[in-house]
Amino acid sequence: MTTLTEAPPAAPAPQTPAKAPRRRGRLTPYWLLLPGILWLLVFFALPMLYQASTSVQTGSLEAGYKVTWHFATYWDALAEYWPQFLTSILYAGLATLFCLLLGYPLAYLIAFRAGRWRNLVLILVIAPFFTSFLIRTLAWKTILADGGPVVGVLNSLHVLDVTSWLGMTEGDRILATPLAVVCGLTYNFLPFMILPLYTSLERIDPRLHEAAGDLYARPATTFRRITFPLSMPGVVSGTLLTFIPASGDYVNAQLLGSTSEKMVGNVIQSQFLTVLDYPTAAALSFILMAAILLMVTFYIRKSGTEDLV
Amino acid sequence: MTDDTTRGDVRLTGIGKTYGSFTAVHPLDLTIPEGSFFALLGASGCGKTTTLRMIAGLEEPTSGTVHLGAQDVTALPPYKRPVNTVFQSYALFPHLDIHENVAFGLRRRGIKSVKKQVGEMLDLVQLGDKAKHKPHQLSGGQQQRVAVARALINHPRVLLLDEPLGALDLKLRRQMQLELKRIQTEVGITFVHVTHDQEEAMTMADQVAVMNAGRVEQLGAPADLYENPGTTFVANFLGTSNLIEAEIAGQDGDTLTLKAGDGKLVLPAARCSAPTSTGGKVLVGIRPEKISLAHADDAGEIPTGRNRLTGRVTATSFIGVSTQYVIDSPVCAGLEVYVQNVERDGRLAPGAEVVLHWNPEHTFGLDAAQAIDAGVETVETDAKEEATS
Repeated sequence: MTTLTEAPPAAPAPQTPAKAPRRRGRLTPYWLLLPGILWLLVFFALPMLYQASTSVQTGSLEAGYKVTWHFATYWDALAEYWPQFLTSILYAGLATLFCLLLGYPLAYLIAFRAGRWRNLVLILVIAPFFTSFLIRTLAWKTILADGGPVVGVLNSLHVLDVTSWLGMTEGDRILATPLAVVCGLTYNFLPFMILPLYTSLERIDPRLHEAAGDLYARPATTFRRITFPLSMPGVVSGTLLTFIPASGDYVNAQLLGSTSEKMVGNVIQSQFLTVLDYPTAAALSFILMAAILLMVTFYIRKSGTEDLV
Repeated sequence: MTDDTTRGDVRLTGIGKTYGSFTAVHPLDLTIPEGSFFALLGASGCGKTTTLRMIAGLEEPTSGTVHLGAQDVTALPPYKRPVNTVFQSYALFPHLDIHENVAFGLRRRGIKSVKKQVGEMLDLVQLGDKAKHKPHQLSGGQQQRVAVARALINHPRVLLLDEPLGALDLKLRRQMQLELKRIQTEVGITFVHVTHDQEEAMTMADQVAVMNAGRVEQLGAPADLYENPGTTFVANFLGTSNLIEAEIAGQDGDTLTLKAGDGKLVLPAARCSAPTSTGGKVLVGIRPEKISLAHADDAGEIPTGRNRLTGRVTATSFIGVSTQYVIDSPVCAGLEVYVQNVERDGRLAPGAEVVLHWNPEHTFGLDAAQAIDAGVETVETDAKEEATS
């Protein structure tokens, strides 16, 4: 500020430090980076390379596999399993949408209205993580069980008629239908949506709401013009944190779905562990990764979050 | 405008605010004249901002009503009130550029072609070339001007300013005070300005309401408040006052005769806000710059009819245009006297015996039942702040 720039130079400009300590100082960041780089090299880069080479190998379990640059595996895998890819994207997309619809109001409440309950509610959001992922997913089998209270209530409200018309449920059961898988995904990834949303909502100065109100914006307009645009970083990171793992997930589909709700994750799992067709499994993994990268890049470009402060 | 009964643009009637058991604002009545620059002055936590927010509709009053002209707006939400606020931290929308920030209010009222108006408003605050910038690319002073432009473009009935200069450094603050005053004169809108800086309030406002502990202590033009404070808080908060305990000895026409220790002081009855019955205690006030100093040897040269006190200089400090003396008198220790450096008397060094004398017309009388040092502390911190510039 003005006072700073006008202040007389109180002390002479600091002398350039001696050369030796400076050179050592310049290398320090790299030394600090070394453990991380080694970790990534051993546990990420090398396995990726190994998988990449597996995906272009041919052979059999008995005769052994050899790298033959057989790229046709990719086309064959895509041709055979494209429905599972679509299912994955659809289920993950729906789960992300539901997470956003459920998570946004909750995150808003925690950020602006919870007051002294804020920390408690935040802990409650994370609380499910104290239980194993598998047990929580299995619990949903009970929740959605045939003849259970959830099915009963939804049935009497005729919600199931609508969902089965949409092809998400069959008859009067939820378990072993697409809806069950989407429910499981939504439940399991909800905290990954709420936390980034909360972080970016919490950073919004409440005085901006007052200022918008003062400038004739109704509460709904304030939300549309001020709050929501400013929470976009949270919306983007929340949807990415939900969509990416959800599209590769196979536990929910395996436990809550039937054989017809297979996601690509289930295919990869069975190719690796049951069929033992390693090249196809590796190729499927790479296709999934490429697909997600493409979608994410497109999404980030579209949402224009780099413009946000 | 359309006022029939009163000429006030903003009328607060019995307005008060309590938070649980804490009373932020005691029910108060306030009428702010149309087109005036009105300041609410007080230390932090005195209820001035709460009062402002109740006018804006950002705070719901516990009691009382708010009228804008003839319209009762007490029950209206902020977005339906024809007032706009300049917030302390400016509260500019960080994701919108300056043009869109300024256009925000117009767009919300459904005005489509805003370009010309926004351009003119940005020119008024001398930021015409910054329209495409984001708020964070602007300096504090520029952001402040955007906040003013964003509010003024709506032609509000009243512009509310909540410590708008608080975040600026001293030099910029002085500049912005003149700037705001210029804008107010140019647009003729009623300004209600909340500040803790007494100098700021006095230089800018036509009317100042001094607030303390949720109450309005005194209301008036800056010069009136300074020359004739009604309470010890106002006397000490606005500038510096010497307050001397005295007893009323008698009344002679328009003047009161007071006994302070062995001395005799004269006070115009009209300038005494305390009960004037003989034998009553009062606090006699006199501003440091109104007092003249004479060395004890020259006491005979002081014209008659002036109030006199004797004392001994305990400290002096030379400030350039003036010299400040601290003088211990038998009736009151630590009297402050500011003397312009026209002809400096070298004998007035610490230890010198002196006579203080002043025109009785400048004396004011306050009720002795109040704390003599109310409002003192704030003045000292402010003075320190000023001294560093």
